[in-house]
Amino acid sequence: MTDADPVGLYRTVRLIRRFEERAVELVHGGQIVGGIHPYLGQEGIAAGVCAALDADDVLAGTHRGHGHVLARGADPARMLAELCGRVTGLNAGRGGSMHAADLSIGVLGANAIVGASGAIITGAVWAHRRRGRDTVGVSFFGDGAVNEGMLLEAFNLAALWRVPVLFVCENNGYATTMPVAGAVAGSIAGRAAAFGIPAVQVDGQDPETVRVAARAAVDRMRAGGGPELIEARTYRFDVHHTFEHAVRLDDYRPPDEVIRGRARDPVRIQGERLTDTDRAAVDVEVEATVDAAVRFALSSPEPDPADALTYLYASGLTARTGGG
Amino acid sequence: MPRLSYRRALTRALGDELARDEAVFLLGEDVQVGASLVTTGLAKRFGTERVRDTPLSEQAFTSFATGAALAGLRPVIEFQIPSLLFLVFEQIVNHAHKFPLMTGGQCRVPVTYLVPGSGSRTGWAGQHSDHPYSLFAHVGVVTVVPATPADAYGLLVTAIRHDDPVVVFAPAGAMDVRDDVDDLAPVPLGRGRIHRFGDDVTVVAIGHLVHDALAVAEELADQVSVEVFDPRTLYPFDIDGLTESVARTGRLVVLDDANRSCGMAAEIIASVVERVRLLAPPRRVTRPDGAVLPFAPALDRAVQPGRDQLATAIHLTMKDGS
Ligand SMILES: Cc1ncc(C[n+]2csc(CCOP(=O)(O)OP(=O)(O)O)c2C)c(N)n1
Ligand SMILES: [Mg+2]
Repeated sequence: MTDADPVGLYRTVRLIRRFEERAVELVHGGQIVGGIHPYLGQEGIAAGVCAALDADDVLAGTHRGHGHVLARGADPARMLAELCGRVTGLNAGRGGSMHAADLSIGVLGANAIVGASGAIITGAVWAHRRRGRDTVGVSFFGDGAVNEGMLLEAFNLAALWRVPVLFVCENNGYATTMPVAGAVAGSIAGRAAAFGIPAVQVDGQDPETVRVAARAAVDRMRAGGGPELIEARTYRFDVHHTFEHAVRLDDYRPPDEVIRGRARDPVRIQGERLTDTDRAAVDVEVEATVDAAVRFALSSPEPDPADALTYLYASGLTARTGGG
Repeated sequence: MPRLSYRRALTRALGDELARDEAVFLLGEDVQVGASLVTTGLAKRFGTERVRDTPLSEQAFTSFATGAALAGLRPVIEFQIPSLLFLVFEQIVNHAHKFPLMTGGQCRVPVTYLVPGSGSRTGWAGQHSDHPYSLFAHVGVVTVVPATPADAYGLLVTAIRHDDPVVVFAPAGAMDVRDDVDDLAPVPLGRGRIHRFGDDVTVVAIGHLVHDALAVAEELADQVSVEVFDPRTLYPFDIDGLTESVARTGRLVVLDDANRSCGMAAEIIASVVERVRLLAPPRRVTRPDGAVLPFAPALDRAVQPGRDQLATAIHLTMKDGS
């Protein structure tokens, strides 16, 4: 049982915030190619949920996945090196933003395919438990994923086989430009109810609220319960993807909604629970961590093109080359 | 020598691997009872925890297997219909296959996808009769199509022990083949087998068509000396073995029970002519372009590659090259 750790929780949300802000700069500077889906504004969810996990637990995330990887404790320097496509990256520069993974700490990866994480995590948790561990898992997904059949099938499988997976829906109101009301018949919690999965809605902007809900769910699951769902209401502060910084899309989010959404800032909410001294100390520490991460990433070597397909087969099979 | 059917060879391979390695487990639809007649008896022997019946949720249980493999197990999934592979193509290709590279070598995904009864099952019509092996070869997923009981056993065992995803197609047309088998052993991936030596032309036949090719070779024996090459694994392909054969015979005909455009036959021919100067243009006997197998038996047969077509192709190749 982990107890409240306001400083730790603040450190995590602050780290994700600063990491993402610097990553956006690196996108604009051309050091991160292809862009990213910033997790800005949603930091409290990853931080709160991961604070409730133990060492043997596993998680899988989304295209907007940096926060999950960092909150689980991956090295920010290797994470940033991955975004910059360097050999020192978590994935040796083979995955990038949408595939960042660190299997050594149970992060089975961000995943670029909406709705994909649920079934993978269900299988991984089931397998770990079969091998005698006390593992629980977390599947993060957005509001857009609740209309993917693959995810709904995973709800059924996890509930049917009582696999302890915490399904965490990060409801930021939109799937790219599509508002929830335009896409979701019924409700998100109602989907869980259909499979007999207990569901709660929480304020995703408050890291501590998320942590308490996740803690309670994880405790029930560890005590033998089946899967649960948390719908965390949140707001993404910035773009769906950084391409929107270059190509402005129509105002699909009303300007006053954006102002209201940004007013509830998880970093500020958690920061206000700290003394000024503690907060300043964490800020300095995080700044140093992120500075070091940027230096590490940008000074790391790029992979050798001759090794482009080195990890294609775990079995060591080699592929035919494509040349004439 | 004991006689073994192809179907029982698959059962034997599954049973031997379940017994040998605790990490192996089987999942699929109606596998406990063994509706495909392949998993018969395995639930009794190994329990319903390791021989798992799933709900009809192919996408979820395919990715469930990926997750279980990431966590150290070796799942084997049985699919009831070859076209179910279309439904889970994304889960196999985009996740199971791509994870090792995308994670920079942090993981392996040893899952076996077994399709007993691939290709035409007379009378089952359009949606049950596909043979989508070229799709998997195209994306680079290990793909095997055994023709004989011994190879069915040996390749399924190898697939289960392999550290990457493997699709095993067991053609409906081969499921009832019986053979004298004395020792069953793993068969290496990417190693073809010459079933019959010949001097004039190499016929590459895939899966159940190996038996048709052998029959035609026998029929034509007094006119032309036909070598029959069974690749066994379509990806990785034994191009060295085939090159050696065609370099001797100088002629090539491929017999492939799948659609023509972008099919295995095309790939095999291209790979050979990149390496060998042939005496005559190569030929392929396949299903037509874009074929959907019609229901009526005569129509079903009409779009499958037949023995007459093979004999004709062999004659034409001999004439072209003389
Ligand atoms: C299966 C699938 N469909 C479409 C896409 C393209 N796409 C990427 S992110 C996204 C929106 C996802 O919305 P949501 O699940 O709410 O997550 P959010 O981006 O809001 O965090 C879409 C449509 C995809 N990656 N995968
Ligand atoms: Mg969303």
